[in-house]
Amino acid sequence: MKLRINGTTFRVEAHPLERLLDVLRIQCKLTGTKEGCGEGECGACTVLLDGEPVNACLVPVAHAEGRSITTIEGLGGTEGSHPLQRSFVEQGAAQCGFCTPGMLISASVIPAGARREEIRCALAGNLCRCTGYSAVYRAVELARAKRARRRAR
Amino acid sequence: MPPRPRRPRPLSVVGTSPPRLEGAAKVAGTARYVDDLEFPGLLLGRTIRSTVPRGELLGWSMGRRPRGLHVVSAADIPGRNAIALLEPDQPCLVRREIRHAAEPVLLLAHEDRDALASVAVELRERPRKAQLDVRASRSFCKEILIEKGNLSRGFARADRIVEGEYTTGHQEQLYVETQGVIAVPEKDGVTIYGSLQCPYYVQKALVELLSLPPERVRIIQVETGGGFGGKEEYPSMIAGHAALLALKSGRPVKLVYDRSEDMLATTKRHPSIVRHKTGVRRDGSLTAMQIDVLLDAGAYVTLSPVVLSRGVLHAAGPYRCEDVQILGRAAMTNTPPNGAFRGFGAPQTQFAVEVHMERIAEALGIDPLELRRRNALRPGDTTATGQRLGADCSALPCLESAVRRSRFVARRRAIEKHNAKARVSGGPLRGIGLALFFHGSGFTGAGEVKLASRAALELTPTGARILVASTEIGQGTRTILSQIVAEELGWPLSRIEVADPDTREVPDSGPTVASRTCMIVGEILRRCAQSLKRALGRMTPRQYLAKNGPLVVTEQYDRPKSMHWDDVHYRGDAYGAYGYGCDVIELEIDPVTAEVRPAEVTAVQDIGRAIHPVLAAGQIEGGTAQGIAFALAEEVVMRDGRMANAQLTNYAVPTPLDTPPMQVEILEFPYGHGPFGAKGVGEMPIDGPSPAVVNALRHAGLDIRDIPAVPERIAGLVDSMRGAAT
Amino acid sequence: MTTWTSPAISSMRLERPRSLAHALDLLEADRGLTPMAGCTDLYVGIHFGSLKQRRFLDLQPLASLRKIQKRPDGTLVLGALVTYSQCLDSPLVARALPMLASAAKEIGGVQIRNRGTLGGNLGNASPAGDTLPVFLAADATVVLASARGVRRVPISQFFLGYRKTARRHNELITEIEVPPIAGKQWFRKVGTRAANAISKVVAAGVRGEGITFALGAVAPVAMRAYAAECALGSALPLSEAHRALRSEITPIDDLRSTAAYRARTACALLTQFWSETR
Repeated sequence: MKLRINGTTFRVEAHPLERLLDVLRIQCKLTGTKEGCGEGECGACTVLLDGEPVNACLVPVAHAEGRSITTIEGLGGTEGSHPLQRSFVEQGAAQCGFCTPGMLISASVIPAGARREEIRCALAGNLCRCTGYSAVYRAVELARAKRARRRAR
Repeated sequence: MPPRPRRPRPLSVVGTSPPRLEGAAKVAGTARYVDDLEFPGLLLGRTIRSTVPRGELLGWSMGRRPRGLHVVSAADIPGRNAIALLEPDQPCLVRREIRHAAEPVLLLAHEDRDALASVAVELRERPRKAQLDVRASRSFCKEILIEKGNLSRGFARADRIVEGEYTTGHQEQLYVETQGVIAVPEKDGVTIYGSLQCPYYVQKALVELLSLPPERVRIIQVETGGGFGGKEEYPSMIAGHAALLALKSGRPVKLVYDRSEDMLATTKRHPSIVRHKTGVRRDGSLTAMQIDVLLDAGAYVTLSPVVLSRGVLHAAGPYRCEDVQILGRAAMTNTPPNGAFRGFGAPQTQFAVEVHMERIAEALGIDPLELRRRNALRPGDTTATGQRLGADCSALPCLESAVRRSRFVARRRAIEKHNAKARVSGGPLRGIGLALFFHGSGFTGAGEVKLASRAALELTPTGARILVASTEIGQGTRTILSQIVAEELGWPLSRIEVADPDTREVPDSGPTVASRTCMIVGEILRRCAQSLKRALGRMTPRQYLAKNGPLVVTEQYDRPKSMHWDDVHYRGDAYGAYGYGCDVIELEIDPVTAEVRPAEVTAVQDIGRAIHPVLAAGQIEGGTAQGIAFALAEEVVMRDGRMANAQLTNYAVPTPLDTPPMQVEILEFPYGHGPFGAKGVGEMPIDGPSPAVVNALRHAGLDIRDIPAVPERIAGLVDSMRGAAT
Repeated sequence: MTTWTSPAISSMRLERPRSLAHALDLLEADRGLTPMAGCTDLYVGIHFGSLKQRRFLDLQPLASLRKIQKRPDGTLVLGALVTYSQCLDSPLVARALPMLASAAKEIGGVQIRNRGTLGGNLGNASPAGDTLPVFLAADATVVLASARGVRRVPISQFFLGYRKTARRHNELITEIEVPPIAGKQWFRKVGTRAANAISKVVAAGVRGEGITFALGAVAPVAMRAYAAECALGSALPLSEAHRALRSEITPIDDLRSTAAYRARTACALLTQFWSETR
């Protein structure tokens, strides 16, 4: 089976019903995607499937075949250079860091110009026990403001 | 006029908010947690647990065993079959007696997950009648009595006596990363890599369990996805299990719980029943406080005696009263043992006292704000243990600041107008409530002296390396300790490194609990930095190393000379310092569903000094969110001594949509023996929200004394209130 | 005595059909084949070992079931594989069946909405399924296809018991047909929290020429509250409608709520429906 992950093709041997989460973590060694509950509640395993956030713990790998998958490793590389990643650090939006990859993936597809309420809705499927979410919203808004300022220049 | 914070000397690193040291790795997904680690020949572990809350294990049998399956039972334990902590009462694996419905009985390991999962095990258990009602339990693992003044004198001086009972439920820590460890067999011992708060606790437990000397039990904390107290004691259990499997199989073994097992088997916040009887004069001054605290310890002692201790020490709240009696008991039941959770007993008892204060105000017909103003602790006052408070006692400034920031008085008036209309129209009701609270930093009483924590600094060619067993679990340990050291040395932060907490490399700086990391360990490290600075003189590190060779400076906890504690009578200085806080919470109640939505939160907290303001605010925001959910949503449903809703689907931790916006203000009333004035910050934020929420519900007309105040519990009150209005 | 075991993925099988016809042939040939769509429920069962089934029919390849269309007669046709996210984005749904959009908005988080399907929600037949009251209140028709032909079942006859439906083992839910609705639509979910929640009570209603009101999580199946509808329709006082409603629901105590709360909240929702659709 071939999987297109972060722009790279991975060849994996996997039962079609294996969870995408396990294939990513165990076979592809992309351990940035985390497991927090195994039942689609916490969002720690969020990845993009053809650009849409999904819980990798609820996706049989068969459903990912032939589609484009984005994990945290594909967001801003090993440096974490995506503007959202930088602002997460700056604003204290990552504490223990375990929900962070999933949170960032969900945040990465929030449309530009989203208001606070829309940001909350877009992140409603991602649980964070550390921050109380306020810092996460500030980080998302800061990244947007920075991008807007760069555009304005 | 409340005292004003002292203006401290200008600092260049402390008080700034640089990026947290491991932040980049966390956002890039490259930070390695225990489940991300790989070892050649790694086996996966599985735990077989009891299913009855009390009884005897008669035997077990196993279906088809796949080739390569390893099985460990109590008979395989080389040392003492107990998890060493306060008492050695909790077995690592059940031999015969079963005391709760999630006790580990057997351990399995196999290299293939599917093969491991499909092994069928049958336990033969003989059930016995279980004690599931804490009120009926007569088995106490700890009793504490605090007495100050003369209670009958106090009651005699009172114009009114107000009584009440307040209860709180279990709460699950719900760190997003479940418990997990990897045990690697070494030629003469074992190494544990784990998600944990206290490496030396795990070492102590494994030394006893495996009958090995400490130097052969190496514990390494890896990146840890949250703890909140939940990874204070339980890691000793799971590490013991993995170690037994590793030693028996001769291969590395990974044991990572799934969410259900984690919720079923690991410790939770102690449920509490607190009764108050208070004497009070017409003008609102408290003349006598009699408080009875009962905690449900669960099936084993674990940390219950110290949770109880912190509970009773905070039970009178931040209030002055000359005649006080506090009796605390922790009772055993046949439920999984309860243990450490952020706040450690204080959230339970401060919930009770702060709701009780509201009821006292009601009984006297005075403003609850005035009642608090009148009774709040001031510098020079004494606590229930007779501890005289210093200039950093900031209860009143916290109260006034929170009242001002939240526009409490104006909002309260506006809400009362709104509710008068809403009661007629049937629209949503609102309420606003406040809670004043305090929290002692560090171990209780002589605890820090007994711990005698050590910290060290090692000179490197470019700077210094911090050697402590204090763990980073999200709260920012690495970063703030580096800031403290950098500040003292006058160096930029980039010159400070932090060693991984590895018992082979770092001294025992005590557990990472009790809001002690910054104030206690941070101060020891600051003194290390002082010594290092003296040793260096005018030399650069490189020059020093070339001339004198390696340099490691170690310092030990040094009790402030003025601190005294009598552990027998519970008198004296219970804590080196207290932080203070005041929360104001405004909420809305939907009469259709009896759902409560927190709408606005103001949290003002004095933490002595914010070493890293962004991280400190993060502690306050996160703890506040947990506290609100403790009051309104998080309900552990126990059935037959077993958590019946042990799934994230059925245990309602707050999502972004459940969590209100927060306004946080940090006050700095410095503590002389904390690094740059710092007190603790980790736990205090969870003390205030639950009474503030319930006081807001009371303001809206709902007399609630038990939490969680889930809609099912309050719907009757909401309906009768509406019935009365129409 | 307790047996501990959970199933291994390696013991399971997934059939991946090339076409709808192929899928129906596979279903005809194997009684034990379970259709699998968005997996948002099924994979929870697999993970916790509570699922009995071992053989699955993957519906993802059947792109034809992913459409939202409107027929000339005004019937809204929703393919079984339409996701909640699609419902939220669809102007057709927004115009013709806004209460479905309201329901979709409150299901899960984005991740679940991107995967969960309408056909899955119906076929799974959880009493708490959030779109079920919507389709009941809309008098929808479930289209079932088998190798032998197509069968249309009114939604009111589709749910037979706790997680039991009128779908036969050789049939697939292919579409849901929603007739044009005249009147105000209304939806409300009461969950265990504000997002990612399972309903404690969920209700949908239409008030126009006729009145329909349907509820979830107050009986073994999602249900129409006919007696309450009747009481409302005959202009009886609300208290009569409440009495009627209480007589037809059979809520239970479970992990998420209590029978008493569900009953009083069902009545409160009926009141709210009635006042908000005035």
